[in-house]
Amino acid sequence: MNDTSAPPAGLARTPLSEQHRALGAKLVEFGGWEMPLSYRGIVDEHRAVRAAAGLFDVSHMGEIELIGPQAAAACQRLTTNDVRRLGNGHVQYTLLCREDGGIVDDVTLYRVDDQRYFFCVNAANIAKGLAWIEEHAGAAAVVDRSAATASLALQGPAAADILARLTSLPLSDLRSFRFARGEVAGMPAFVSRTGYTGEDGFELYVDAARVVDLWGALLGAGAPVGLEPVGLGARDTLRLEAGFPLYGHELDDQTSPLAAGLQRWVRLDGEDFIGRAALRREREQGSPRRLVGLEMRGPGIARRGYRVSFEGAAVGIVTSGTMSPTLGRAVALAYVSAALANPGTMLAVDVRGRSIPAEIVATPFYRRPRPAEPAAPEAQPEGEAAPAPGGGEPRVGAAADAPAAAAGDTAAAPGAPREGES
Amino acid sequence: MQIPETLRYSEEHEWVLVDDGVATIGITDHAQEELGDIVFVELPAIGAELAKAATLGVVESVKAVSDVYAPIGGTVTAVNGALADKPETINEDPYGAGWLVKVAVADPGELDGLMTAAQYRDFLAGGKA
Repeated sequence: MNDTSAPPAGLARTPLSEQHRALGAKLVEFGGWEMPLSYRGIVDEHRAVRAAAGLFDVSHMGEIELIGPQAAAACQRLTTNDVRRLGNGHVQYTLLCREDGGIVDDVTLYRVDDQRYFFCVNAANIAKGLAWIEEHAGAAAVVDRSAATASLALQGPAAADILARLTSLPLSDLRSFRFARGEVAGMPAFVSRTGYTGEDGFELYVDAARVVDLWGALLGAGAPVGLEPVGLGARDTLRLEAGFPLYGHELDDQTSPLAAGLQRWVRLDGEDFIGRAALRREREQGSPRRLVGLEMRGPGIARRGYRVSFEGAAVGIVTSGTMSPTLGRAVALAYVSAALANPGTMLAVDVRGRSIPAEIVATPFYRRPRPAEPAAPEAQPEGEAAPAPGGGEPRVGAAADAPAAAAGDTAAAPGAPREGES
Repeated sequence: MQIPETLRYSEEHEWVLVDDGVATIGITDHAQEELGDIVFVELPAIGAELAKAATLGVVESVKAVSDVYAPIGGTVTAVNGALADKPETINEDPYGAGWLVKVAVADPGELDGLMTAAQYRDFLAGGKA
């Protein structure tokens, strides 16, 4: 077999680096950061999140704050979604686009109040996103809180019970895509009901200097109900099952949100934003390719970069693929010619020279059961829920869980810990 | 980390057990540990001729695709068909039920190029980085 190698030296580390090592994590490079790939094993960690809860260090994500009377206008100019729909304490999944419609980053946008917003940006895009935001922020002040902020994601059906042991915040009142400021384990935190796993859960932003204590407190409080630390390996399989795109895989500077199936988060008929004209043209002309979900119908796993064909002709490429631990089937996301991008269409993936049948299916591949969930009431119309590429029915509203958390949230309110991530 | 004394080892972390001219081949405990949860295995056809160091098959974990190389050349006489349904057997029992293929050895001299258990232990301790 090929040797797997240790991450190169010189990578950025989160404040929890020593904790990851002490837990015996396998470490990998991700977006310029040394991060835990797994602790106990990707499949076990994945299942823990689906069955109970997992704790993720997502401190690599960036948090960029916009402040001042012009902050709202700047956010609107910078993002594809409708910033007017955000109230205080609301979170929105949205995109930063270039003039040509290509995606600079996918992010979550937090409104602290009418003069304070923050973006949670992807780790690999912190510098690029910061430069882009500064360039287009107009009169709003831009503050990079990334280094001062650490963030943890607590995800899974037991997440709320675990967090309730450490905070007096009324979590049952905190709906999906809402956040609140409060104390968790005795430290100030932003508590956001968002995530990137397809489960109920929270993203917590705290002072980077205190996150070690929060990490320990959460693991201690959650251990009796099955909480365990979860690395990027399971983070990737969880998000893929939930149909969420990952920047650098499904999304990049050359890809439009319409091709990626993210039109729900692109308000082409609302306020103007950077990239709107190009995206309106694309809407009229149609995207040449579309992101779809694939399930393998023969032996083999589609992996990133594998070619997709239809009746022998090349029609697309796989952007992410794995064996789904929950479903026990190989699933993938792929860009294919728009004319073929319909559920039920049988394509083929070239797996090391062999053509393996693969069917286009609606995403998400996995949808969490929601039995006893108090209906989240007013779901935001058109919510900010996570994208479900490939024609999946985006869930709306209340249950809108799944923030595409891929993008982070950022935050930082003054004085309060800020961070966001995705 | 298990490294049975009775086996020979390659630098690509395959193991070999030769018995009466037939080599049983698998991946080592270290290899399965590094790969993590194995979810798919691709093996050659019976009768296939493998040259030493040729790609023998593929082992896929959740995260990665890894080639397995023939530590010794020969003709494939058996493949472990049980792995198709239970590839995790390689994680659970890499030196036993997790074997990959059996090969009729073409040149027994090739065995001399493989490491002993002691040498493989040293190799793991020193070289991997």
